[in-house]
Amino acid sequence: MSFLDLGEFYVLAGALMVATAVRVGLDAGHPRRWGLASFWALLGVTFVFGSHFPPAVVGYLVLGIAVLAATGNAQGSREATTGPAERVASAARLGNRLFWPAVLVPATALVGSLFLGQVRWRGHFLADPANRSVIFVCAGSLIALATALRLTRSSLGTAVGEGSRLLQTVGWALILPQALAALGGLFAQAGVGMVVAGLVERALPTQHAPVAVAAYCLGMFLFTLCMGNAFAAFAVVTGGIGVPLIVQAHGGNPAIVAALGMLSGFCGTLLTPMAANFNLVPAMLLELDDKNAVIKAQAPIAVALLAFNLLLMEFCVYRF
Amino acid sequence: MIVLVGIAIIVAGFALRLNTLLVVLVSGIATGLVSGMSFNDVMAEFGRLFLTNRFVTLPAVMMLPLVGLLERHGLRERAEALIRQWASATAGRVILLYTGVRQVAIALGINVGGHVSAVRPLLVPLAEGAARASHGILRKSTVDRIRAHAAAAENVGNFFGEDIFIAVGSILLMKGFFEGVKIPVNVWAIAFWGIPTAVAAFLLMGWRTRALDREIAREAAAAAEEDQQP
Repeated sequence: MSFLDLGEFYVLAGALMVATAVRVGLDAGHPRRWGLASFWALLGVTFVFGSHFPPAVVGYLVLGIAVLAATGNAQGSREATTGPAERVASAARLGNRLFWPAVLVPATALVGSLFLGQVRWRGHFLADPANRSVIFVCAGSLIALATALRLTRSSLGTAVGEGSRLLQTVGWALILPQALAALGGLFAQAGVGMVVAGLVERALPTQHAPVAVAAYCLGMFLFTLCMGNAFAAFAVVTGGIGVPLIVQAHGGNPAIVAALGMLSGFCGTLLTPMAANFNLVPAMLLELDDKNAVIKAQAPIAVALLAFNLLLMEFCVYRF
Repeated sequence: MIVLVGIAIIVAGFALRLNTLLVVLVSGIATGLVSGMSFNDVMAEFGRLFLTNRFVTLPAVMMLPLVGLLERHGLRERAEALIRQWASATAGRVILLYTGVRQVAIALGINVGGHVSAVRPLLVPLAEGAARASHGILRKSTVDRIRAHAAAAENVGNFFGEDIFIAVGSILLMKGFFEGVKIPVNVWAIAFWGIPTAVAAFLLMGWRTRALDREIAREAAAAAEEDQQP
């Protein structure tokens, strides 16, 4: 047992989602009032009560959430906030003090993970050791919020409204990483990784440790080029090459595999029109004649960084 | 081989620009079904995995009221004012400065920036203004070149800064994935190994923006020469 675990924070985050559902539901003029309200209500329920439901119920809830997201019911915010003039005046008044609360979050996370995480009282940890860093980030965000409320002399209701506004702006994309992590788990159970590993082992001499590293980094890069999303590629390529061939077969460091593998995938994101919102939408938004101009501007950086990631992983993954 | 159907669905679904979340779910359902699970089993398994991976979404949500409140009181405007103060001189330097600010901010978990909210309204006018101040009227091709690099600065700053902060989705996704295959990883270690690439990305942007400034000067000179000929 510990004094702080993720459960309390899940309830708080879920409460913000439910509050968002209520705010949208009360907005009579909202064009997608009920779809959006149901989306946030269902998601909020999985956070607040999820642990008490049978997993199959949660699965069907997630299916409902995904259908609501796909029918165009889950993005865009109508919440009122301050205007530009007000913000400029407030920025001038508060100055660099505006940055302090924001810096408090990583500071709390760092101090918490390094020192407070060891604190024990009558055999109970202050924070659940398995999820220490996430817990201290969440605790840090609450401490920073309290500081920001004092600094700006705002009410908690204002903060909830602003949080709800941003939640609606992010929309369904908020849970995409979570859904992809779940998909990775499902792929692992179905043995997708083993099949991919088998194909790669047949094609390349991966019994040589450096070949495994090259296959992994280039695999992340190429899969991201095709899928347009490094997170989706990560589940497939790390399950198929990174874990079985680098970590398990050759004893590579999983943190280095993860970090540099994902960053190799990001090099692919810089080069693919599949990542439309990063590469094509800005070209249209900035009224460029050549729709591939952004990709062309990024190409030298993407190739150089891919080479950098690959070499850094070759040098470090079996040494640290 | 048949279990790879999930990957095919993702590639096809993304190519057709279907809703990403739904594509992910359909891919998972198909993968589960072909590996011999019943539909109900797949739902239960996906539900279980969705619940255990809630920690991936959690910090982002916990940060939103704070970020929203600071934005309401002018966080972005203050960041803008700082860029304006520091940014003298060239388009390339303005774009490089933006890359650095973007990287540091997102490494602290603050998502200031974005193509819609920062590149078009803030970075592009500043960079073009700096170029016009020293070269006069610019050709459309030069303007497009500056804008493409501004968009690139946003992407590079965003991608190669975020993996230093442990509370963003990507690092927690990695942790969630490795926990799923029962390999413990420390999120701080993942964040630490993101730093060298972040530094390399910034240095590469430095090289690219210097090249951009030279290109702008060359194109402006060529344009001026054309104007002088009868």
